[in-house]
Amino acid sequence: MGRAAPPWPVLVVFLAPAFLLYTVFLVFPLAQALFFSLFEWTGSVRGGFVGLRNFAELFGRFPLNEQLPRAFLHNTIFFVVTMAIQVSLGLLFAVLFQRGIRGKQFLRTVYVLPFMISPLVVGYVWSLILNPTFGPVNAGLKAIGLDALARPWLGDPTTAFPVIMLVNVWFWLGFPMLLFAAGLAAIPEDYAEAARVDGANSWQVFRHVTFPLLTPVFGTVTVLTFIRSFNVFGLVWALGGVDGGPAGSTDVLGLLFYRTAFRGGVDAFGVASALAVIMFLVIFGAAMLFRAWFHRIEAGLT
Amino acid sequence: MTTQTVGTRRSFGRRPVEVAIRVLLWGYAGLVIAPLSLVVLNSLRPTREIFRDPIALPKSLNFESFQVAWTEANFSAYFLNSLVITVASVTLATAVSVLAAYVLGRYRFRGSGLLAVFFLSGLLLPFRLAILPLFLLLQSLGLVDTRIGLILVYAATGIPFSVFILSAFFRQLPGELTEAARIDGAGEFTIFGRVMLPLVRPGMATVAIFQFVPLWNDFFFPLVLLRSSDKLTLPVGMTRFFGEFQTDWSTLFAGIIITTLPLIVLFLVATKQIIAGLTAGVGKI
Repeated sequence: MGRAAPPWPVLVVFLAPAFLLYTVFLVFPLAQALFFSLFEWTGSVRGGFVGLRNFAELFGRFPLNEQLPRAFLHNTIFFVVTMAIQVSLGLLFAVLFQRGIRGKQFLRTVYVLPFMISPLVVGYVWSLILNPTFGPVNAGLKAIGLDALARPWLGDPTTAFPVIMLVNVWFWLGFPMLLFAAGLAAIPEDYAEAARVDGANSWQVFRHVTFPLLTPVFGTVTVLTFIRSFNVFGLVWALGGVDGGPAGSTDVLGLLFYRTAFRGGVDAFGVASALAVIMFLVIFGAAMLFRAWFHRIEAGLT
Repeated sequence: MTTQTVGTRRSFGRRPVEVAIRVLLWGYAGLVIAPLSLVVLNSLRPTREIFRDPIALPKSLNFESFQVAWTEANFSAYFLNSLVITVASVTLATAVSVLAAYVLGRYRFRGSGLLAVFFLSGLLLPFRLAILPLFLLLQSLGLVDTRIGLILVYAATGIPFSVFILSAFFRQLPGELTEAARIDGAGEFTIFGRVMLPLVRPGMATVAIFQFVPLWNDFFFPLVLLRSSDKLTLPVGMTRFFGEFQTDWSTLFAGIIITTLPLIVLFLVATKQIIAGLTAGVGKI
C-alpha cells in the first residue's frame, strides 16, 4: 500500500473489463429508467418529452391508483413483520448458540438450509403443503381432530398474506441469525468479563454491553431486510400468482412493476419507468437513511 | 445430561432452562426439516397415494417421477441451461472482478476511492428496476432470448460483491511479497499473475461459490429475457411445469428436488465459504 500506482494504461487494463460490464449492463440501464419515465412511449418506440405525465398516470389512472398504495402498504407490513420476528427470534437463536449447545454445527446448517433454495421454489413447496384438499397441513389438522382450523390458507384473503410472511420467515431466518452470531463472536470476551466483575448479571451484561455493541449488525440486518422486503417477487409469485391473489390481498410492488411493464397498455414503458423511479427512490433512499441512522447511533455510543 | 461447569458465567444455566432451550432449538430445526422431508418422501410415492394420504412413508422406492420430470417435463434442458448460464456468469464475473480488485486493493491513485464506492454501491442498488432499458439494450444487440445476454447481465450483477470481497483479500497481503519480484524486474502483470493471484485463491473460491446461489435461483431476469422453452433456466421452467403438471404431484415434488439438490449439495460441501459470503457485509453495509 502507498506505493506509487502503476502507469494509467496498466490501470485501465485491470479496471476496464469490470467497469464496462458493470456500467453498460447495470448502472447505465438503471440511470436510463429515469430518462425513459419522462417521455411518451408507444410500445417500445420513444416519442416526445412529456414531463411528469407518466407519474400522473401512475397515481391517477384506475386501477393503478388503487394498486400502488396497496402494494406499498403490503411491502411495508412485510418489512415490519419480518424485522420483528427475525430480530427477536434470530437474535435469540444466535445468543443461545453462543452459549454452546451440543449439535451446534448441525443446527446452524439446518437453519440456513432453506436460504439456499430459490424463493420461487420455496413458494411452490409451500403451495403444495398448504393445498386445501391434498395438502399435509390440513390433513394433519384433521388427523388430530382440529378440522375447524383447516382452511384454504392461500385462497382466503385474510390468511394469504400472513401465511406468505410466515413462509418467508421459514425461508430467511437463518440469515439474520448468522449475522447476529458473527456479530456476537466479534465482541471481545473481556468486555462482558469486566461488567461481570463490576457485579452485572447476565441480563444486564446483555442489555448494556452486548446489545449496544451489536448496533452495526442491526444496521446491516435492517438495511438488507428492507431491500429484500421491497424486492420480494418469486415467493409471492408462487404463492399468490402474478396478480397477487386472492383479490390482490398479496400484491406487492415487484409484481405490480412486472405487470405494469409487461402486461400494461401501449404506454407501458413510460408508466412502468415512472414506477421504477419511485421504487428506486423508496428503496435506495430508505436504505441510505437507515445506514445514516445506524451510523449515528454507533457514533453516539463511543 | 452434560454436567454444568462450575462458575458464575452461566448463572442462569439451571436445568429446566437448559431443557427449554434444547426443545426450542431442536423444535425449530424440526420445523425447518419437516417440509423438506415431505418433499423427498412424496417424490417417491405415486400421486394417487399422496392424494389418499398426504403424510405417509413410501411403500417402495419408486424413482419414476424423476424420470418423468427429467424427460417429459423438460428438466434435462432446464438443468443444463441453468448449469451453463450460472457457471459462465460466475466465471466471467470472478475473472473481471479479480483484476479490478487487485489495483483497487493494492494502490491509491486518482479516482480510486470513487471507483471503489461506485462498485460498492451496487450492493444496495435495486437492479431489477433497470429491466426495461436493459431489455431494449439487449434487443439492439440481438441478445434477447439468448443465453449470452443473460450471462452478461448476471456477470454484471456479481461484480459489486466480488470486487468488495476480493479487494479486501488483496489489501491484507503483505507488501514484502511483491518487493522481491519487483527487484527481479517483474512487471505488474507478472506480479499479479505469479505472486498475487495464487494467494487470493481462497477469496476467489468464496466469491465464486457465493455468487452461484443467487444466480442459480434467480427468476426475474430469465422470466423477462428468455422466451423459447429450450433456453429456459430451472426457475422459469418451474412456472411452466407447475401449470402443465398441476395434478401430478409426484412429478412436481421430483422437479422441486432436481432444481434444489445442486444447491443443497453445494451448501453442505462448501458451508464455510457460503457462510463467509453471507456474513461478509456485517457492519459494513
